[in-house]
Amino acid sequence: MNGGFTSARGGRVRLRIGSEEAAVVRLLMGQLLDLLGEGDEPESGSGADVGMPDLQLSENTAVSDDPVLARLFPDAYREDQNASAEFRRYTEAGLREGKRAAAKTVLATLGEGGEVVLDPDEAQAWLRALNDLRLALGVRLDITEETLDQMRTFDWDDPRNAGYAAYDWLTYLQESLVRALW
Amino acid sequence: MTTAPVELDRPDAADDVRPDRPWVAIVWNDPINLMSYVTYVFQAVFGYSKRKAEKLMLDVHHKGRAVVSSGTREEMERDCEILHSYGLWATVKQDI
Repeated sequence: MNGGFTSARGGRVRLRIGSEEAAVVRLLMGQLLDLLGEGDEPESGSGADVGMPDLQLSENTAVSDDPVLARLFPDAYREDQNASAEFRRYTEAGLREGKRAAAKTVLATLGEGGEVVLDPDEAQAWLRALNDLRLALGVRLDITEETLDQMRTFDWDDPRNAGYAAYDWLTYLQESLVRALW
Repeated sequence: MTTAPVELDRPDAADDVRPDRPWVAIVWNDPINLMSYVTYVFQAVFGYSKRKAEKLMLDVHHKGRAVVSSGTREEMERDCEILHSYGLWATVKQDI
């Protein structure tokens, strides 16, 4: 465990992170990027092959079957499927690209660990990407309001222990980043 | 004081679309987002004071949801999209 993020001059933030912890962040951010899809190549049938500009409209109109993607890209209307589909058509591709860009900024600035200094834009990217990562991990681990209590009665045989430990540490890291930015 | 009864054109219920009825953006409670982060996002996105942002965050936490902004449908969809970019669980609806 390290000290988390601290404020630095000029709206910057600083983090000292060990190489093992940096490796955990890299691994999990890589998984998040995989889940979000590559998205660099235009989909077949998109405007690119007929000389039309890519409008970044999503092919998806329904909420994902994957609970993590459903949490990252939720329905915007609770009681109107058509309106939700329309919202998704116009927003999901852009939201997905924003989340991918944030995760990539984390990977680019993290390196092998040691001292990481982030400018304000990079710090915002870390803030969002850490939150997306906690959402993804939290959904996979089935985190509930009661999970903290369960974690206090630690069960050595629980196969989710490594995931809980990573989630707990990312929570600490994000909390320190919010405090450093305030 | 009284007024004489007059014949009024009563509008059909179907015509009562009330375009002035505002739309709202709602944020729902979830067990993962940090209380500090949610407060920070309300300040960053809406420019709310820390006090107002904290009150809204606590409403979300204790009541399960809170209306965080209101306006036209387009404005609320824009707010919802921004809140989704921060990972908050937000929805849009027409105010009752």
